[in-house]
Amino acid sequence: MSLYQVSKLLYQLNRDEAVKAAFAKDPEAVVAQYPMTDEERGAVLGPDIGLLYVLGVNGQILMHYAALCGIEWSDYLQRMRDGVTRHGPVRAGIYAMTTRPDEKVAGA
Amino acid sequence: MSLVFAGVCTHGPGTTARADRADPGAREAFYAALSAMREALHASRPDALIIVAAEHFANFFMNNMPSFALGMSDSYDGPIEDPSWLRIPPRLVRGDAALSQAIIAEVQQTVDVAYCEEWRFDHGIMVPLHFLDPENVLTVIPANINCQGPPLAPLHRAWAFGEALRRAADARPERVALIGTGGISHWPATPDSGRINEAWDREFLARWTANDRAALTAYSDEEVYAEAGQGGFEIRTYVAAAAAARGKGRVLYAEPIPIFATTAVAAIMEVA
Repeated sequence: MSLYQVSKLLYQLNRDEAVKAAFAKDPEAVVAQYPMTDEERGAVLGPDIGLLYVLGVNGQILMHYAALCGIEWSDYLQRMRDGVTRHGPVRAGIYAMTTRPDEKVAGA
Repeated sequence: MSLVFAGVCTHGPGTTARADRADPGAREAFYAALSAMREALHASRPDALIIVAAEHFANFFMNNMPSFALGMSDSYDGPIEDPSWLRIPPRLVRGDAALSQAIIAEVQQTVDVAYCEEWRFDHGIMVPLHFLDPENVLTVIPANINCQGPPLAPLHRAWAFGEALRRAADARPERVALIGTGGISHWPATPDSGRINEAWDREFLARWTANDRAALTAYSDEEVYAEAGQGGFEIRTYVAAAAAARGKGRVLYAEPIPIFATTAVAAIMEVA
């Protein structure tokens, strides 16, 4: 598992216009520059926001990748809940879910 | 001169990005409190404003993560986020590299900081500036405390950072203002966004307004994570502001606004 590399790619996508442009043109080529597992690669390319969340990507990085992918706020929150339902609890990091998947918190 | 103003406020991106989804009464009351804070800040006629922020992987990442950082440039820009997402237009913010250098040199007598000649502001600084300096007239010196990528510097070091900033401000002829920005309890950007532990927030604000150093620095990270979420780590910015101000705090507004992800806070503290 290479959560650091996944996070690094999404961090750079959030802040670097050149990386963003290269990713828009050829996402596979950009992802190939970051050593990661097939599961992680698939989650980035999907994009499978729910799986990225379960893998442990920090929400402060993930929410901007979701926005970059054109995913609206409430949809972003729902995709994370769906990810936990499908893939199980968050595996790493400090952004674990503290509510039940069917529980919508105010503001969601 | 010395430190001439101190305060804290929340900076959740929802404050602007999801403003239309907030209860209008609560939103307008919070905005009015931020306006009052803006008036008090500008009435102090600051030559520079130090913003103690808790940024979110805009400039700092786990490849080389500083516990404490200070900007050292004549200009900064932001927001780093898509302006149409954050709903804050881009701006170039004036800095003061020479003043930064002097402040950094004094801070380093007691606290090691990273210094940054490049810094792009994220919502942690842009949301406060949007409300507290809408005309973009202030000179800003950004400061950062790592509240995102553990291991984090303990709270007593955040206090020491605030003390060092105060000492540095007092050693300068310029009039220096300081604000801390962050949330109290919150679970931002998770499915739990909107969860708020109001009782915990009230207790924290009681400790903050009393400027009770021992109580403010007594929390463990485990306790904060369990009771106040990963967002609660941002209390470091409030702790630093209290250490810098030394006086008692006055809350202008502190009510939960779930779509903003936190108890929305605007508060000022007497400089003593």
